[in-house]
Amino acid sequence: MQWEIVIGLEVHTQLSTQSKIFSGASTAYGAPPNTQASFVDLALPGVLPVLNRGAVERAVKFGLAVNAIINSPSIFARKNYFYPDLPKGYQISQYERPIVEGGSIAIQVGETEKTIRLTRAHLEEDAGKSLHEDFHGMSGIDLNRAGTPLLEIVSEPDLRSSAEAVAYAKTLHALVRWIGICDGNMQEGSFRCDANVSVRPRGQEKYGTRCEIKNLNSFRFLEKAIDFEVERQIEILEEGGSIRQETRLFDANKGETRTMRTKEDANDYRYFPDPDLLPVEIAPDWIEQLRASLPELPQARRERYVTEYGLSGYDAAVLTSSREMADYFEAAARQLPESAKLCANWIMGDISARLNRDGLDIGECPVGPAHVAQLISRIQDGTISGKAAKTVFESLWQGEQGQDVDAIIEIKGLKQMSDNSALEKLIDDVLAANAQQVADYRGGKEKAFNALVGQVMKAAQGKANPAQVNAMLKEKLG
Amino acid sequence: MFNDSLKQLSERLVNREISSVELTTEFLRRIGKLNPQYNAFITVDEEKSLTQARDADQKIAAGEIGPLTGIPIAQKDIFCAKDWLTTCGSKMLSNFVSPYDADVIERFNQAGAINIGKTNMDEFAMGSSNETSYFGPVRNPWDAAAVPGGSSGGSACAVAARMAPAATGTDTGGSIRQPAALCGISGIKPTYGVVSRYGMIAFASSLDQGGPMAKSAEDLALMLNVMTGFDERDSTSLQREKEDYGRDLNKPLSGLRIGLPREYFAKGMSSDVEKAIEQALDEYRRLGAETVEVALPNSPLSIPVYYVLAPAEASSNLSRFDGVRYGYRAQTFQDLAEMYRNTRAEGFGAEVKRRILIGTYVLSHGYYDAYYIKAQKLRRLIAQDFKEAFKQCDVIMGPTTPAVAFDLGEKSSDPIQMYLSDIYTSATNLAGLPGMSIPVGFGDKMRPVGLHIIGDYFSEARMLNIAHQYQLITDWHQRAPDL
Repeated sequence: MQWEIVIGLEVHTQLSTQSKIFSGASTAYGAPPNTQASFVDLALPGVLPVLNRGAVERAVKFGLAVNAIINSPSIFARKNYFYPDLPKGYQISQYERPIVEGGSIAIQVGETEKTIRLTRAHLEEDAGKSLHEDFHGMSGIDLNRAGTPLLEIVSEPDLRSSAEAVAYAKTLHALVRWIGICDGNMQEGSFRCDANVSVRPRGQEKYGTRCEIKNLNSFRFLEKAIDFEVERQIEILEEGGSIRQETRLFDANKGETRTMRTKEDANDYRYFPDPDLLPVEIAPDWIEQLRASLPELPQARRERYVTEYGLSGYDAAVLTSSREMADYFEAAARQLPESAKLCANWIMGDISARLNRDGLDIGECPVGPAHVAQLISRIQDGTISGKAAKTVFESLWQGEQGQDVDAIIEIKGLKQMSDNSALEKLIDDVLAANAQQVADYRGGKEKAFNALVGQVMKAAQGKANPAQVNAMLKEKLG
Repeated sequence: MFNDSLKQLSERLVNREISSVELTTEFLRRIGKLNPQYNAFITVDEEKSLTQARDADQKIAAGEIGPLTGIPIAQKDIFCAKDWLTTCGSKMLSNFVSPYDADVIERFNQAGAINIGKTNMDEFAMGSSNETSYFGPVRNPWDAAAVPGGSSGGSACAVAARMAPAATGTDTGGSIRQPAALCGISGIKPTYGVVSRYGMIAFASSLDQGGPMAKSAEDLALMLNVMTGFDERDSTSLQREKEDYGRDLNKPLSGLRIGLPREYFAKGMSSDVEKAIEQALDEYRRLGAETVEVALPNSPLSIPVYYVLAPAEASSNLSRFDGVRYGYRAQTFQDLAEMYRNTRAEGFGAEVKRRILIGTYVLSHGYYDAYYIKAQKLRRLIAQDFKEAFKQCDVIMGPTTPAVAFDLGEKSSDPIQMYLSDIYTSATNLAGLPGMSIPVGFGDKMRPVGLHIIGDYFSEARMLNIAHQYQLITDWHQRAPDL
C-alpha cells in the first residue's frame, strides 16, 4: 500500500525580551539556579502576574510577518496541572482567542515552493527545570526559566515528509530571527519543536491517528524522529495493527521514539480565563506601527532575488535562510548586478565552506561583501583566474595587505597573462618541446589537446587564461 | 480611649497626650487580656509593633504626621507582611513567614500606622463563621456563644471588642460586610479594583477585594484613603485619581433615593432583623431620603453562581500550595504524587477541600460549559440588574444578613445553610460593586443587626456620607460589648 505522511508542527520559540513575561526577573541564560526567580516566579502567596508589553509586541510582529489575524482582545488562560517545576500549579497560556490566528509560511523544498498554513500562535510562560542528578535521591528545582516568554506556533497538518517538516522548521527559525523576536539558539532551548505525525493510505481523506513527539531541539533530530515514527506507524498498520494516540519522546542516542504517556492518562488541564490578567487589547495604530517597523521579509526577498537577480528558487531560498546571509549577498550583488549568480555561488560555495571550517556565522565573516564583489569583478575582467581567486580569498580571510584585493594579486603575482605575444611565445615553446603530442593530436587523438593545454598552463604558472590558451592553441594547431 | 475614633486618637497623638508606644502598649495589653477568650488574633508580635510605634513617635516629633500615623491597625492574616507569619488561617501556611509586604501593608506602613497583629480568619477566606480557621474559631464579643461571622471574623471581633481601633478585611462574597454586621461594626468593600490585590492571598481573584473595618463611616473613610490607589503590580488595579473618601461626609441626604430590592424584603429575612432594618429606613426618611422599590430579578441566582465561580478560581489559585517551595509539607510519602496528595490532604481543612473539589469539577472537560460558562453569563445578568436598578435610585439598602449571628457549631455541618449567610452580599462581588454594612440595632439575644448599603461603581464617598449622616443621629456604632 502507498502511505501518505501527515505532519503538523508545534514550535516553542523563546521571545527575546530582557525580562520575563509576567515578572521583572531577567531571562538571561545560564545563571546559577534560582538566582533569576522573583517572588512572582516562585509563586509566593499573594503575588500577581503583570504582562510584559515586549512579549506582546513580538507576538504581534510574528503575526504580521505571516499575514495572520491579530486578535484583540486576546485572552490569557490557565492550564492547570501539578509538576514541581510549575510553581503556580498552572501555566499561564492562551486557549480561546490566542493573540495570533491563521496565517501561512511558504517553504522551499528543492525547486518546489509550498505554502504551509498556520493554525495559531499563542503566548505562554515557560516552566522551570527539574534536576534529577546530584541531589542524592532527591530532585532539585531551578526556576530561572520559569516565566520565560514563549510563542507557541502551531501549523496545520500540511507537511507531507520529514524533508518538508525540516524545511518548514528552518524557514520558521529563519523568520523569527529575521524579525528579531527570538535568538533561535537551539542548544539553549530557544527554539523547540513538537511533531504531530500520522500516516494514511494515499487517497484517503480522513487523517490517521497521530502521535506527538515532544521536544525535538535540532533539525536533525526532527528529521530522524519523524522518519522513525513514520516507519513505526506504517509497520504497525501493515501488520494489521492500529496506532494508539499518545505522546512520545525521541531518544537521540538510539534514534527511536518511545511512549511517554497515552491519551488515557493525559491531563484534563481545566483551561479557564486567568482572572488576574485583563483581556489584551491591541490598538490598531500600535499594530500599524509594528507593521511599519518590520524589515523586508524573507519570502519577499526570495521572490525579489529570483526576479531581480535571476537566481533559482533554490539559491534564493538558501541565501535568505538568515537575514545576515541575505544582507551579505545583497551587498555584494548590488555592486555586481550582472554577476549576481557568481556572487551567490561564492557565498554558497567557498565562503560558506570557509565559515563552516572555522565554525563562524556569516555575520562574523572576516571578508566583507565589498571585498568579495571586488574579487569577483577581478575574475570577470580577466585579471585573475577562478583558481587564483581562491588564493586571493584566503589572503583576504587572513587579513593580508589590509584586505586590498589588487595589492594581494600584485604581491602574489596572480595576474593572468593578458599579453598575447608572451603567451604566444610560451605556446610556441610548448609545441616545440612536445612534438609527439602535436603529432598525436593532428593524427586525431583529441586527448592530446588537453595535455597540451595543461602544459601551457603549467608553463604559465597558472596565470594564463584557460579560454585564451584554448583558442590560441586551436588556431596554431590548425 | 478604646472607644475613640481614629480622629480622636490622632488628636491625642498630635497633642502629645499619649505616645504611639503608649497607645500601642495599651492595645497590646487589651489583646493580651481578651484574645485568649475571643481568639481574634493569630499572631501578635509586641516587639515588631513597638518598633513601628517608636518610629511613629519620631515622625510625630518631627511633625510628619498623617491621619493614621502612630495608630495601631489590625491586619487580616490574608495580607502578606514582611517578616510576619502570614497563615491565611491555614495549616498549609502555618509556618510561612512572608518575605514581602502586600500593597495594602506597604500603604499602612508608609502612613505610619502600627501593625498591631494578624487577625484570625476562615481558612483561605472560605467560610462565613470563622470556624474553618486552622487556628480555632473566633468568638463574637457580643455573645461568646455566637460566631463573629467570616471570613474576616478576627478583624470584626478585634474592632468590636476594641482590641484594635480599626482593621483590614477582604471580601469575596461578603467577608467584610457579614462579620461587620454580626459584630456590630462598620465595614466597606470598595469597587473591585480600587484596593490592590498584590500580596493579598488569592481566594477568587475576580471577586476578592480588600477593605476596611472600623467603628464608624468616618473611620472607614480615613482607612480607605490609605488603603486605596493604583498598583502596577496588580493588573486588575484601576488607574484612577487618588480621592478623599471623606470629602462628602457632611452632605445632607435630602433627595436621596434609596432603592429597596423587593427580592431582599420578600422572604428569608428573620423578623428581628427586619424590624431593625425598617427602623433604620425610617431614620433615613427622617433625614430626607425617599425609598423606592427596585427589582433585582436575578439576585436569587447569586449564591449558585458564586459557588461555581469562586470555587473554580480557588481550585486553581490554591494549586501553588503543593509542599514544594514553602509552607506545610507532609512528613511521609513514597513518591511525588504521594507528596502532593499527603501534603494537600493534611494541609487543607474540610471546607477548603470541598471548594477545591467543586471548582475542579466545574472546570472539568465536559462540565465547563454547563457550569463555568453558564455562571459567567448569569454573572453579567446580575450586574445588569444593578445597572437597571441604579436608574431609579442612588443607593440600594437591605439587610446585610438574613439573621443575627448564629451559634458556634450551629451551621458548621450544613454547608448550604452556611453559604446562605452571604445571600445578600455575594451579588455585589459578582457585579464588582461597592458594598457596606453599618450597625443599626440589635435583634434576638441582643445580637447586632447590620444594614447593607450597595452603591454604584466608585460611589464609596457617597456611601460613606449616607452612613455617616445616619451615625450622626444614632449611636448604634458607638455601642460596645461590656468586656
